[in-house]
Amino acid sequence: MTMGKVALDITIPSDVNEIERVVELVQRECVAADMSPPKCALNVRVAVTEALSNAILRGNRLNGQRVRVRAAVQHDAFVVDVVDEGAGFDLEASTVDPTTPENIEREDGRGLFLMRSLMDEVERFQSNGNVVRMTLRR
Amino acid sequence: MSFTIRKQGEIVVVDVEGQLIVGNRQELKQKVLDELEKGEKRFLIDFSQTGYIDSSGLGVLVSLSKKIREQGGELRLANLNDDLKTLFELTKLDTLFQISDSRERALESF
Repeated sequence: MTMGKVALDITIPSDVNEIERVVELVQRECVAADMSPPKCALNVRVAVTEALSNAILRGNRLNGQRVRVRAAVQHDAFVVDVVDEGAGFDLEASTVDPTTPENIEREDGRGLFLMRSLMDEVERFQSNGNVVRMTLRR
Repeated sequence: MSFTIRKQGEIVVVDVEGQLIVGNRQELKQKVLDELEKGEKRFLIDFSQTGYIDSSGLGVLVSLSKKIREQGGELRLANLNDDLKTLFELTKLDTLFQISDSRERALESF
């Protein structure tokens, strides 16, 4: 699957302390790609933070593996891939609605919901790892 | 990133400086639970110096709110910036928490 013109391609240790730095880099590329700055600051920041958390804590399960982050610019969109070395997951089955009365007091389950609420498209597939691809359209 | 806890009258006020995220949420949780264990019942978390809360941070707030309520207390929030307000609205957590636009108003609301 092609992403478009790759603006950022980095591999980081599977460590939650890396998240903030990488999110900042992605956000910077988002602004440089002439995307809406408020959307780069909120939508992209939240979605990439959550995808990285999931990759590190659930995908790689703190086993000292690595996470790859790619950001690409298309004429009509900004695309971010977060790739871990885990087995992958079923996006539909894993997304719960945390806003229902039975779920609202759950401690977990808001990450994928926020990613899917704030990005125009979220996909998951295998391609040299477990890829979560998030697309924000112009 | 740091958490400052001080008593204002009967209310425990927590300032969150920086971010409330997966890397530091347990620290906040433990600090508030320690106060709860000491018998404190009223808690206000002030986010005026907070840039960002991720989903695990939101989860900790939900969990603390529940634990405090179970002990007959209450957790209220103040000073969410616009991005944080959007996150609370998207997740409908604005319906679960009493949220004030200023620390003074929040303190008066108890």
